[in-house]
Amino acid sequence: MRDGAPQLQAYRIATAGPGSRAALAIACMILILLAVLPAFAGRNLIQDLIFLFYMLALAQCWNLLAGYAGLISVGQQAFVGLGGYILFALTLLAGLDPLLAIPLAGVASAVFALPTALVVFRLRGAYFAIGSWVVAEVYRLVFAQFKGLGGGTGTSLVPSITSNVLGIEWVKSMFDVRTPAARDIISYWAALALMATTLGFVYVVLRSRRGLALGAIRDQEAAAAGLGVDIYRLKLAVYVATAAVTGMVGALIYLQKARISPDAAFSVLDWTAYVIFIVVIGGIGTIEGPLIGAIIFYLLQRYLADFGAWYLILLGTLAITVMLFAPRGLWGFVAERYGVTLFPTRRRLVSGAGKGKGG
Amino acid sequence: MTGWLDALIQGILLGGLYALFAAGLSLIFGVMRLVNLAHGDLIVLAAFIILLLAEKLGLDPFAAVLVAAPVLFTIGFALQYALLNRTLGRDLLPPLLVTFGLSIMIQNGLLQLFSADSERLRSGAIETASIALGGGIAIGVVPLLTLLSAIAVIVVLNLIFYRTPLGRAFRAASDDLEVAQLMGIDHNRIFATAMGLAFVVIAIAALYLGLRANFDPTIGPARLLYAFEAVIIGGLGSFWGTLAGGIVLGLAQTVGARIDPEWQILSGHLAFLVVLGLRPRGLFPRAVD
Repeated sequence: MRDGAPQLQAYRIATAGPGSRAALAIACMILILLAVLPAFAGRNLIQDLIFLFYMLALAQCWNLLAGYAGLISVGQQAFVGLGGYILFALTLLAGLDPLLAIPLAGVASAVFALPTALVVFRLRGAYFAIGSWVVAEVYRLVFAQFKGLGGGTGTSLVPSITSNVLGIEWVKSMFDVRTPAARDIISYWAALALMATTLGFVYVVLRSRRGLALGAIRDQEAAAAGLGVDIYRLKLAVYVATAAVTGMVGALIYLQKARISPDAAFSVLDWTAYVIFIVVIGGIGTIEGPLIGAIIFYLLQRYLADFGAWYLILLGTLAITVMLFAPRGLWGFVAERYGVTLFPTRRRLVSGAGKGKGG
Repeated sequence: MTGWLDALIQGILLGGLYALFAAGLSLIFGVMRLVNLAHGDLIVLAAFIILLLAEKLGLDPFAAVLVAAPVLFTIGFALQYALLNRTLGRDLLPPLLVTFGLSIMIQNGLLQLFSADSERLRSGAIETASIALGGGIAIGVVPLLTLLSAIAVIVVLNLIFYRTPLGRAFRAASDDLEVAQLMGIDHNRIFATAMGLAFVVIAIAALYLGLRANFDPTIGPARLLYAFEAVIIGGLGSFWGTLAGGIVLGLAQTVGARIDPEWQILSGHLAFLVVLGLRPRGLFPRAVD
């Protein structure tokens, strides 16, 4: 500061909040722990975690779509089913290794998402929601026509495919397990990798310039357009990117299940309703929300799913209650009250000159 | 040739059913811009209520629907007044999520109460009665009544909208909610009344749903999609457009089924996507939204 000049307060822009650097370190440690978990954990826990990981990946995708890009889709099951069916086609009909088929299913989903978007983007807001559902039904009915993949009744992966996944011999000798358990371990790693990549991808996107634009769309679409955000292109990019990830998750889900049918693969309840409930109960428009929501959902599913219809009635009631009384979800409630954030994406002005740079 | 002509006639008659599904959706969208994801499940719920009344009171379904209509009006009014009005606002998500949650609750509630068995409304000889048109073509009395009822519902809705003080309030709330409120319109009551009215239309739709085919607790979402497609094909904001949309959808389905029975539903969806691609605002648009 020069003498005589008015005292200027220096500011810098920071994204990290209290606890967030520690959270990053803890997240890395948890990730490493999860990666070596198959060495100690039983098969049931591994299977439960596969379920948790893929639901979480789906939830992060839907959160990016609905919570940021304003695309409230009720048709994401289209890409879960598509990914699953492409995995089956590539392995059963083309003889490809399932682990290679997963990324290809992602590419194919993105390719299908583009023309799909051109049609459903003609509908806005709530109409987009039902339009995306119609498209998912079209996918379901079309795949039911493919006799090579079992038509309406579906088909199974033959054991020679599922037992010869890349690296399975290594896992068998490394952990001294039989083939089914080794299959689960490979699926587990694939699910963990997919979940961690999705989480990292969403985090990086939201901290980037595009993330700022997405936040602007979330808060006020007209104002964002006024400030020069190309809304159509950004929404299209988010739609296609989440379709790719959703397709890969779908491929993984059906590799693990080893049996596919149109009604299950394109199920609105399993792949969209549950996912929406996870995001809304946890807290939409945050990265932490789906994480909390997925864990709550996993616990509910584990302990209450036997109640069947009553369980679903309870889940619906819970989602409606949260939407009415805590629209920002459980995490929104915690974050507001204690000011904590684990995955900081908001830019805040911090007083005092510093070395920090805008994220 | 007769087969195709028959498909055309059956398609138009089926369109009457879809127009009935769609009229309630069109009505509540027109008044309060609410897209009700539970609409299909509400139609199924109404069909079960009619079934229950018909069985317990020993009534014919056509009489049972007269008892069910005021009951459903009350349920609709209360649902909108107590729950759905709270979700309306600038944010799109709350109404969508709450009605989606309702849809799952209704489906599973019905499953718990009535099991997954298929049910049907029984009305004696009229179910199978048909009128021969000559040349091997006959039209069923129930499908014909469905189409005539759809036309009657649309005439009545148009009369309410354009000839009554209630309709004026509906249109005012629809055009500009804030100004309507300044003019002393209690929008909560108006919206609840509109939902009650939509539930009466739902009761009529449910009657024909149950008379024409089997129903079970899980078929609601597909009915929502047909209703939605009819509204969008017809163009938002016009009841006659909704009728036309229903008929286009019915025709697409029966013509598709004529080519291959497995293509019935798919060709209806494809017709919707084609209309959306070529005329995104529908065939007879009115509202700007």
